[in-house]
Amino acid sequence: MCLAVPGQVESIHEENGMRMGRVNFGGVVKEICLAYLPDIAVGDYAIVHVGFAISRIDEASARQTLRTFAEIGLLEEALEELRAGDDADALGG
Amino acid sequence: MKHLTEYRDAEQARRLVAEIARVVTRPWAIMEVCGGQTHSIIRNGIDQVLPPEVELIHGPGCPVCVTPLEVIDRALAIAADPRVIFCSFGDMLRVPGSRENLFAVKGRGGDIRVVYSPLDAVKLARQHPDREVVFLAIGFETTAPANAMAVKLAKQEGLRNFSMLVSHVLVPPAIEAIMRSPGNRVQAFLAAGHVCSVMGTWQYPPLAEQFRVPIVITGFEPLDLLDGIRRTVLQLEHGRHEAENAYARVVNERGNEPAQAVINEVFTPHDRAWRGIGTIPDSGWSLSAAYRGFDAEERFAVAGITTTESPLCKSGEVLKGTLKPNQCPAYGKECTPRRPLGATMVSGEGACAAYYNAGRFLEIASGGSGTP
Repeated sequence: MCLAVPGQVESIHEENGMRMGRVNFGGVVKEICLAYLPDIAVGDYAIVHVGFAISRIDEASARQTLRTFAEIGLLEEALEELRAGDDADALGG
Repeated sequence: MKHLTEYRDAEQARRLVAEIARVVTRPWAIMEVCGGQTHSIIRNGIDQVLPPEVELIHGPGCPVCVTPLEVIDRALAIAADPRVIFCSFGDMLRVPGSRENLFAVKGRGGDIRVVYSPLDAVKLARQHPDREVVFLAIGFETTAPANAMAVKLAKQEGLRNFSMLVSHVLVPPAIEAIMRSPGNRVQAFLAAGHVCSVMGTWQYPPLAEQFRVPIVITGFEPLDLLDGIRRTVLQLEHGRHEAENAYARVVNERGNEPAQAVINEVFTPHDRAWRGIGTIPDSGWSLSAAYRGFDAEERFAVAGITTTESPLCKSGEVLKGTLKPNQCPAYGKECTPRRPLGATMVSGEGACAAYYNAGRFLEIASGGSGTP
């Protein structure tokens, strides 16, 4: 659960008074809270942990990290965690 | 398991390893604090490509592993309450309490949901005003901004059916406890990169100075780890003891200040028990006075539940770095990821599970036939 994954901000919006964004993690897109990076803009990359962007990084580092994660098989694990929230919704019905 | 030499970055990795071998003149014991780093080290066989002088000791930085047994038992009691929707990160479900785990409660009809983010739990509270939604808030400093924001949001929205069972822990007091513990062998630390992306690096120079111990803030990828180890060995060989940032592409000195502000509003320092280690003063956070109304421990009156751990499980020694996972007599025998005795065998970031999944053999049994 400690894993923090880099993703790219695709769009930014407000939800319940909170700055949120759609963030793309190697193909999986997820709603992420951007409240802790008030300056982040569409197209920027950030490191995301349990639904929150916590640190901005440059594109080269982000791509490098995603490649390494994919090589060592961590990306699949990370994407699985990303999907967990959707399961909770589905069960919530 | 893939090995370091099989990667695209193999050439750079080889250079870093050669540089470490060139400067090292005597044995050094270095602890990587974070469970994510342990996972990466074992998965990539980094400890096996280092010169024999450099020993990596796996630290207590896996939040799932150090969550004390009584918190698990309190979680089980709350989750069994039919009024409750109990929300947790996925890797907590299999962590054994004193008699069972959350999966067992789910199997008996408990409404237990795996969430990716604490905001998912807040959403469930919004959707189910007739139910009590409880979130199991564990984690180190990396996870605290998310958990703090969930409570802040619940308060803003007046969601009275939301509460948190909090068991938050902190890295600097753990480093201090390890340095003060009798029999400590740790001579330097690789500090956890993502913890510092939230908290900054400012907490570490005083620790490095006080205990005359190098602390190098390090990332998680193979090259990050090798570079962190290289810088640590250089400090040790030159007799330096500084806090050094080897993860500057993510971490700066001040950290994420908006996140620290919300943490300071919602949480307050608190003594915490660490599974297998015991209580460390001010080593974690609990809800501050302004947010105490969201404390599940009080709402469900479970604070009285106290428990003791299995004497067979040596995870405390593993977490302090005095025992390697495969030196534990129960490793791979009474204790496997399917039937774990302790939390270090449950989480992918736990040292025991990392060893087991990488096929590391039992060292105590000669010939090492104890693994899968």
